[in-house]
Amino acid sequence: MGKTLVQKIAERASGVKDVQPGMIVTVNVDIAMMHDSTGPRRIGKTMEKLGRKVWNPDKVVLITDHFTPANDSVEAEILRITREFAKAQGIKRFHEAEGICHIVPVEMGYVRPGMMYVGADSHSTTAGAVGAFAIAVGSTDMLGIMVTGQTWIKVPETIRVTWKGNLPKGAMAKDMMLALISKMGGDGATYQAVEYTGTAVERLSMDERLVLSNMSIELGAKAGVIAPNQIVFDYLAERGVTEFDAVYADGDANYIREVVMDASALRPLVAKPHAPENVDTAKNLEDEGVRIHQAYIGACTGAKFTDLEAAAQVLRGRHVAPGVRLLVAPASVRVFRQAVEAGIVTTLLEAGAQFLPTGCGACAGLGHGILAAGEVCISSTNRNFPGRMGNRQSSVYLGSPATVAASAVAGYVADPATVAGTDAIGTEVAAVARGVAE
Amino acid sequence: MNAILQGRGWKFGDNVDTDVIIPGQYLKFSGAELVAHVMEGVDPTFGRKVQAGDIIVAGKNFGCGSSRETAPGVLKDAGIAAVIAPFFARIFYRNAINLGLPVLECADAGRIDQEDVLEVRLMEGAIVNLTKSEQYTFRPFPQNVMDILQAGGLVKYLESRFANEGDAAR
Repeated sequence: MGKTLVQKIAERASGVKDVQPGMIVTVNVDIAMMHDSTGPRRIGKTMEKLGRKVWNPDKVVLITDHFTPANDSVEAEILRITREFAKAQGIKRFHEAEGICHIVPVEMGYVRPGMMYVGADSHSTTAGAVGAFAIAVGSTDMLGIMVTGQTWIKVPETIRVTWKGNLPKGAMAKDMMLALISKMGGDGATYQAVEYTGTAVERLSMDERLVLSNMSIELGAKAGVIAPNQIVFDYLAERGVTEFDAVYADGDANYIREVVMDASALRPLVAKPHAPENVDTAKNLEDEGVRIHQAYIGACTGAKFTDLEAAAQVLRGRHVAPGVRLLVAPASVRVFRQAVEAGIVTTLLEAGAQFLPTGCGACAGLGHGILAAGEVCISSTNRNFPGRMGNRQSSVYLGSPATVAASAVAGYVADPATVAGTDAIGTEVAAVARGVAE
Repeated sequence: MNAILQGRGWKFGDNVDTDVIIPGQYLKFSGAELVAHVMEGVDPTFGRKVQAGDIIVAGKNFGCGSSRETAPGVLKDAGIAAVIAPFFARIFYRNAINLGLPVLECADAGRIDQEDVLEVRLMEGAIVNLTKSEQYTFRPFPQNVMDILQAGGLVKYLESRFANEGDAAR
């Protein structure tokens, strides 16, 4: 019987010859990522107590994104601790307020196909989009990795999700994930890896691939991987990265479950409060007239370059509805710069958007953009649990950046096609969502 | 850690996520300031009612969401001795073990009612419901996990491992 992609990476990283799902193996970690909230502030003192330093500073990526820029002295202190840790441990891949911890390692070309990647944040599954086996752990787990370079993993079974057809005009990778989570449930892949394949996936841009892997955790998955193809190789080559060992599943690999989805049937979707699996079409919600107070374009899921571009396509020549605030927090400084150069920032500002610093911000209930009791927000982020964006009595709807932008203009949850016209938005957003040429 | 735990059960539903266990805006705090908000997302008075030795009995997928270790950490700091659920979210499960909080996967968790008094026998994989005179089973932990739990969590486990390595080197 053949092996799946994650099985093969587990085999290489553990040095164990015949790795099977369910086996517990100790793996050598290729890249370990932690951030200001889960990292040094929680493990630094204990590392001192253990008398150990980071096992290999060149394999550690440290990002500040949760508390940047500091809103109070407690957060400032956390950032100081993080900075000093990076210096004391000789960590060169330290990025302060340059972007979100799941975006920067991909942008910088740190995470590569075939790698065993471990991050101290649940959305660390994001890195699976380049064909790495990327898993999330907590701080104490990360402490163990920092001092040994190893961790134990239970090798997961793999679910294969095949997206046949092509994404239609106006639909994005976010809609693919909302459809899948709605079908499989928030615990549909608990403990398992998900491998995404099919024509619609193969054509996705790097930015859009990241969304599939990112939101795999919303299925309870341990990892969400996409076998790398030319789109990934080109993306890496632009970053000067040409050396890696891409890994692919065998043709007769053993999948525990097969799920087939039809991309061509997708329409813009929205997850209603208070779970990502609580999905309806944007059109149905538009008919219900769900008034919003805030529209948020941010987070590792929904504020990359193509996300801002899709929002701009909806917002160009339009204006945010009175009484609605549209907040945009680009996923990284690099994304912000690209968006300035492409004129997208001007388009968003003219439409009435307000820009926030890059970072996790309101998505994690931190920084700016926190909701008050009774307020309703539509957001390009990945979670809408009670209290996620602040007040427990607030409500968060999740949608693609195009849907968030359309809702900001309408003042209520809306389908992008209604706001921007089927043809206008369709053609333009489709080009974004499809990534490279047919 | 004691191999036999005894305490009152507190019932919760399915999919209790980490934002419910400890909302994001409290993440910068620690200790008692944090414990005051434990389970605030589902029961704002829980932090005042919970007593040392109490056991959480939840529905499926307990601990889904964020990787924040603060979630099992605040439960432990609040005195929770163990969590019982049909199954747990993966990262929460790992975090709990690393902090020395036993998480027991028990298909019969739903038979337990609020404030039933429970006795957990970790080595045997048995939960005795003293209130109802019933017994349920769970699969005992593999030895490598039990080692971490018995050491009181991964940090203490590593401390003793490194101390032994030091002895060997000498």
